[in-house]
Amino acid sequence: MLMCLAIPAKILSLQGEKAQVDFGQGVLRDVNVSLVEAKLGDYVLVHAGYAIQILEEKEALETLSLWNDVLASTGE
Amino acid sequence: MSANLRFRNPELAQNIAKKIREVAPKKGQVKICHVCGTHEWTITHFGLRSLLPENVEVIAGPGCPVCIVPAAEIDEAVLLAKQGQVITCFGDLLRVPGSESSLLEAKAAGADVRIVYALSDAVEMAKKEPEKDFVFHAVGFETTAPITAVEALGDLPKNFSFLVSHRLIPPAMELLLGVGDLEIDGFLAPGHVSAIIGLKPYELFTRVYRMPTVVAGFEPNDVLMAIYMVVKQHSENDAKLENEYSRVVKPEGNKKAQEMIEKAFEVVAGNWRGIGRLPDSALQLRESLAQYDARKKYGVKVEQGKDILLGCECHLVIIGKIKPKECPMFLKACTPAKPVGACMVSSEGTCRVWAKNVAANSP
Ligand code: SF4
Repeated sequence: MLMCLAIPAKILSLQGEKAQVDFGQGVLRDVNVSLVEAKLGDYVLVHAGYAIQILEEKEALETLSLWNDVLASTGE
Repeated sequence: MSANLRFRNPELAQNIAKKIREVAPKKGQVKICHVCGTHEWTITHFGLRSLLPENVEVIAGPGCPVCIVPAAEIDEAVLLAKQGQVITCFGDLLRVPGSESSLLEAKAAGADVRIVYALSDAVEMAKKEPEKDFVFHAVGFETTAPITAVEALGDLPKNFSFLVSHRLIPPAMELLLGVGDLEIDGFLAPGHVSAIIGLKPYELFTRVYRMPTVVAGFEPNDVLMAIYMVVKQHSENDAKLENEYSRVVKPEGNKKAQEMIEKAFEVVAGNWRGIGRLPDSALQLRESLAQYDARKKYGVKVEQGKDILLGCECHLVIIGKIKPKECPMFLKACTPAKPVGACMVSSEGTCRVWAKNVAANSP
């Protein structure tokens, strides 16, 4: 296991500090969400069985558009 | 998240690499240091070094939390195991050498050592087996420390305690800047540590040391983009703190996690394998949680251990001074199947990552 690794997963159900999440391709697991204010349907970053942050889709798209801007700029 | 695929797109990678070549200086070397085992994995696995111009070098600092646990603290775990406590830990820790023995060797000799996937699994075990005493060996940087904090502050059974070996990343980065001939020109800051601590702890590096510092994500294009940002700053003689990984890292970090860490731990000096003692670089459970501190509960404290075996160069690999292939034992006497040093044991250790991706690194 990579100790700094955290994997995105989607929250399917919430019950107190426990949530069932989907890592994609039908891999479901229970994780602890007491470190984040997550809602149903949010993507969270899961590290060693605990959600450590919420992933922002808006920010993800902004990052990509920033990259496109950089790449479109002409080199000096 | 369909956007995810873009973070790996090879065509985009080529374009970013082209941009790096454009902004790279014509003369002189740019040396960029990361401090994260997962960054090394991404860089090595996807062969990113081969995309960089010759004078842009990326080196791996002390980013493997398992590798830097000093032998003395493994010795403490082994001692507890031999005394009859059940030791629980993540799989990577099992084979990390102590002074005399690893946890795996202790297990082979009859001790009860169990691998868990999550800390909560260890707590569950303790609840199910109240007649036994459980100790979780808590290893990891700021990404992992809040998890220990959550459980330590939560509803723990009496037969559970922690052997805490958590360490903090910024002090290790600062140490690297003091290593004489290392001459780092910029940092890639670890994304998932930053997700917890935010950007503020890195301000020191730009302000005091004038180090370009970019928080980077873990997809290949994240890392390339962050390298581009550092090289560009370097060429423009700039020293800014930038956040490439804003989809995860908020400027303030994860406040809730920070509060948990603050509540559960105090910051103390700590030993790092291959590095030595660093001030304000380790976490220790607060006095109010002393009953969950295995060192206090069982009176176990090993001061001195044997960190580096004769011939192993882990102490130089850990600070990015040499590459694994410069160690004479690499892939000869020391292999993933028969590791000699901690850097070959952990899946995040630089030697291990290189061993698994030899082809990607032989120029
Ligand atoms: S290759 Fe093995 S012996 Fe050499 S530095 Fe790495 S872990 Fe140590």
